[in-house]
Amino acid sequence: MEQLVSGFAVKKGLAEMLKGGVIMDVVTPDQAKIAEDAGAVAVMALERVPADIRADGGIARMSDPELVLKIMEAVSIPVMAKCRIGHLVEAQILESLGVDYIDESEVLTPADEVYHINKHDFKVPFVCGCRNLGEALRRIGEGAAMMRTKGEPGTGDVVEAVRHARAVYSEIRRLKSLPEEEVMTYAKNIQAPYELCMQVRELGALPVVNFAAGGIATPADAALMMQLGVDGIFVGSGIFKSGDPSKRAQAIVKATTHYNEPKILAEVSRNLGEAMVGRSAVNLPEAEKMAERGW
Amino acid sequence: MKIGVLALQGDFREHRISLEKLGADVTEVRLPEQLQGLQGLIIPGGESTTIGKLMLAYNLLEPIRAFGQTQAVWGTCAGAILLAKEIGRDQPLLGLMDMEIERNAFGRQIDSFEIEINVPFLQSPEEPYHLTFIRGPIIKRVWGEAHAMLSLIDGRVIAARQGKLFATSFHPELTNDLRFHQYFLELTKSEYTG
Repeated sequence: MEQLVSGFAVKKGLAEMLKGGVIMDVVTPDQAKIAEDAGAVAVMALERVPADIRADGGIARMSDPELVLKIMEAVSIPVMAKCRIGHLVEAQILESLGVDYIDESEVLTPADEVYHINKHDFKVPFVCGCRNLGEALRRIGEGAAMMRTKGEPGTGDVVEAVRHARAVYSEIRRLKSLPEEEVMTYAKNIQAPYELCMQVRELGALPVVNFAAGGIATPADAALMMQLGVDGIFVGSGIFKSGDPSKRAQAIVKATTHYNEPKILAEVSRNLGEAMVGRSAVNLPEAEKMAERGW
Repeated sequence: MKIGVLALQGDFREHRISLEKLGADVTEVRLPEQLQGLQGLIIPGGESTTIGKLMLAYNLLEPIRAFGQTQAVWGTCAGAILLAKEIGRDQPLLGLMDMEIERNAFGRQIDSFEIEINVPFLQSPEEPYHLTFIRGPIIKRVWGEAHAMLSLIDGRVIAARQGKLFATSFHPELTNDLRFHQYFLELTKSEYTG
């Protein structure tokens, strides 16, 4: 009468539980506690936030497992960690630690310029970045159980996050309206698996949860992304590079819930102190654009 | 039939879809005044710490406690945690049900799982139900008015009821099988039996 099965539904299921929430980048167990106390639904454990990765230059790699474990001990909410694009051994190491989600992330220096990780091989679920529907469906085809639009990490400039979310949702709307005989050509043009295109056309949505990431620095930014249709928010440098991280974190959590209530958004946006300084994402030199990493 | 789904965070949309398939008129509840006129409330899966803090911040704890004195409330996973009186750690709770819950009792995400199980109190009990556990809690103990409704083979309790209050440590909203939602709608219509 009782039968054990396990599959993609469980991987995708955790992302379903994170919806309407904020996932925060943290670099110490203390920051993880601050994030949890502020109402984060999960934390991303890493050694440096994207703004510092940008400033420091050099090669950005998976975090020290010791740090990841300490953050896992510090909080009761899910803990995610990043591996480099294509670095399947970093992913194996993170899985062995028991992290709840792996982010195969363009924020780190790619380990493979051609291939991403075959994420079906893992029991732990993966989240991956995308700039458009084709990229999202390629990652889902490789086994990603959650997506996030890439934005431009570490800038505090929301413009790329908006561009990528608009691209994904307008392509979904277009696909939904296509007659069936046009889907194969559409799939070819956006370089996405045909079966997944058919699935999106039927659902009118991605088959997995999609968060926004990369440049969200204020409650209004978070609410904007929610109004554009994303399921939740990743905040990287925006919180712990600001003047009052705890207060800003709480405000972004509230803004993500009440994203359609301008009065509440006005209330939570008051007296937050300095936002992160930020850099214009559009004027970044090509070599510094993290969103261009991966294909 | 007007049913609310607490929509502060989590998979409230899936509950909404399931209820609407059964013909319910669904209201998303983010503020206390949205509880008006409801005949039942679902607290969805999500992150219990986040939902609890948002309930506290938007003054929903007392109104939902009052609502639960006379109306049906069902909590799935995080929602079940929030209904419990004891969870062995400090976080905002509704504390409506005489039960102790252990969070993340099966382990981390890699220990999440699905099972097929027969649920005697649903319609067509001979048809197994597909249960999804995502970093799920277990019901460690029930007392007083609450009683266990469903257990795994090893005896761990995964559903409990207290009058019109209902808690499950799994996620019927993630399936297309509407029998749990049907059960809840019947609960909303039942007389309170204490």
